[in-house]
Amino acid sequence: MAILSSTIARKVAMALSGLFLIVFLTQHFIINFSAVFGPDTFNAWSDFMGGNPIVQFIFQPILIFGVLFHFVMGIYLEIKNNNARQIKYKSFKGNRNSTWASRNMIISGAVILAFLGLHFYDFWFPEIMYKYIESNPTDTVRYYPELVHKFASPIRTGLYCLSFVLLALHLWHGFSSSFQSMGWSNKYSRGLRAFTQFYAIFIPLGFIFIAIYLHFNQIH
Amino acid sequence: MKLTLKIWRQKDSKAKGEFKTYPLEGVEGDMSFLEMLDVLNEGLINKGEEPVVFDHDCREGICGTCSLQINGEPHGPDRLITTCQLHMRMFNDGDTIVIEPFRAKAFPVIKDLVVDRSSFDRIQQAGGFISVNTSGNTIDANAIPVNKHDADESFNSATCIGCGACVAACKNASAMLFTSAKVSQFALLPQGRIEATERVLNMVAQMDKEGFGNCSNTGACEIECPKGISLENIARMNREYLKASIKG
Repeated sequence: MAILSSTIARKVAMALSGLFLIVFLTQHFIINFSAVFGPDTFNAWSDFMGGNPIVQFIFQPILIFGVLFHFVMGIYLEIKNNNARQIKYKSFKGNRNSTWASRNMIISGAVILAFLGLHFYDFWFPEIMYKYIESNPTDTVRYYPELVHKFASPIRTGLYCLSFVLLALHLWHGFSSSFQSMGWSNKYSRGLRAFTQFYAIFIPLGFIFIAIYLHFNQIH
Repeated sequence: MKLTLKIWRQKDSKAKGEFKTYPLEGVEGDMSFLEMLDVLNEGLINKGEEPVVFDHDCREGICGTCSLQINGEPHGPDRLITTCQLHMRMFNDGDTIVIEPFRAKAFPVIKDLVVDRSSFDRIQQAGGFISVNTSGNTIDANAIPVNKHDADESFNSATCIGCGACVAACKNASAMLFTSAKVSQFALLPQGRIEATERVLNMVAQMDKEGFGNCSNTGACEIECPKGISLENIARMNREYLKASIKG
């Protein structure tokens, strides 16, 4: 199985896991954005996502595996790449030939990972505790108030916004790069690149908007 | 022009190297970078000191022998040229120039600014050829029709001189641009399709074995390449590799 140890296979694995996470991010954004219009749709979708056994016991473990795989492989590749140049340059003008985002995926990735820790602490662990450990009764309208209250703190809202800026940088390079890694290069490449860059700005900006909107529209 | 040169000096492959500072006067803007180093070496030899060792051969940008990381960029601050084509007019009077060897685990330093780039030769030997019987009855290449676009693209890929600037520029010291150019120049032609599967698998395997890093698509290699080899070659190689891996 030489393919599994080859640099190209690892690139493709990073690309595919990244694209999978982008699909998840898109659906997460759509559900969150519904909260801007009020509690009903958000509660209904959250209740479906939180209660459907296929989502909970098939999609959720796949997603967690996808996240773990993407960051473990990312760290592994970073270590391998560092080893490929053991003596560093005294002078290295990376900004003359490449973008900051492309050179520092490990930094933007690490910030996103730290954000995921906070996000799990805020939403995922309390949810698992509520449903599976404390076995509380079903409450289909609890999701919206829980979401809004989380954004009452300006520090938390600020941390979320900062993380989304780093997410934008990560997506700016990663999304278009994933197609290059998989060998995509044809007459549609330029259009696809434009779309990936639009996505990289639009989705994180949307998340920032949601966080700030909820911060200023608290339920009293 | 008066310059201060900070040059990496290393006695041999085992020795621990260090930067040494050399002031240099009388540099003309019309000199090439290598001619400037010749002037420095002449002075060092006259003083009884060891001259700075650096690679050079054709001095007209076609052999791929000269290298050097100059002020943080392979082949210096200009674009689409090799070090031998870099003119001193690109610098200003009083400048400090940092000159280092190309750095990569797969390019070990032999002495001073000279690195061993035979890893590129081994990648080429792993599959960068077509098997043609040349004993007496060579077929005219023009007898095989080739699409004009493919022929042009193949020629573009074949302009890679294997200097190693792509590896030097890459933050991961990846050799993907070089290897992909060598894969592409054959992959695009009917003559190269016959051995396409083994070629890409063997060349990538050799590239990995040499200890180059992974490509992370920063695009630095394409910008610094003296021959303007495009990143499209890397996409093509990835495609070829995936196809070959599935085919087996």
